[in-house]
Amino acid sequence: MANTQRPLSPHLQIYKRQVQMMTSIVHRATGIALAVGSVLVVGGLLHLAAGEDSFNHFKSIIGSPVGMILLVGWSWALFYHLCNGIRHLIQDAGLGYEIPQFIRSSWLSVAGSIVLTVLVWAYVMTAGGAA
Amino acid sequence: MSAKDTVVKDRRNPLKVARGLGSSQSGVSHWWTQRVTAAALVLLGVWFVVTVLCLLHADYATAHAAVAKPWNALLLIAFVLTMFWHAVLGLQVVIEDYVHTRWKEVILLVAIKFLAVLGALASVLAVLRIALTP
Repeated sequence: MANTQRPLSPHLQIYKRQVQMMTSIVHRATGIALAVGSVLVVGGLLHLAAGEDSFNHFKSIIGSPVGMILLVGWSWALFYHLCNGIRHLIQDAGLGYEIPQFIRSSWLSVAGSIVLTVLVWAYVMTAGGAA
Repeated sequence: MSAKDTVVKDRRNPLKVARGLGSSQSGVSHWWTQRVTAAALVLLGVWFVVTVLCLLHADYATAHAAVAKPWNALLLIAFVLTMFWHAVLGLQVVIEDYVHTRWKEVILLVAIKFLAVLGALASVLAVLRIALTP
């Protein structure tokens, strides 16, 4: 149970929306999404180990429209968690704590993740689609 | 109740009450392990994405042969183990933060560990099977 005796931080609703707040929330959300998405990695390996028919079946699943949408979402979640994760590691080293730097690095994470996702899918599309 | 009564009733050293509670448990190790696995996943994650992109349109034989290469098999196993480890550490914090009913919290904390171990073992077995199949 929540121990209401200890001091609690104010509820999120009273804060003005800020990019640093959104990057933090999205970092957690993408982390959860990636944990669920690990099924994709395990599934791919198991299907490859199970033989040719099984592997082709897996390829047809991830190559389907629903599979492609999930893959685009998964890749963006991965790149966002990667970019913002690197940002967090840098901050853990004690750097970039000035508020303007904090805001700038927040936007860098967002922009970096979008650029990486677009680059990867541009490559996939020019190579003739996934799977 | 006067202050004197309190003193008489509780003869334990205050340290006895404090020990094992609060922030004096395994928080630092959790925090540090999460960062170390994160640093490893920066490298392994980028390698994984590049490897998957190189296998775009690969048929079964090509994909099988690629995963069976010693370096790829080794790094794949390292990637899945680190990924599940990092995922458990992260999900644990999320569950501890948002699930306030103790029994639900404990069940979820144990469930993610079970699932992560199963996922990691299944992945390692699959990679080994691919790598050791001629």
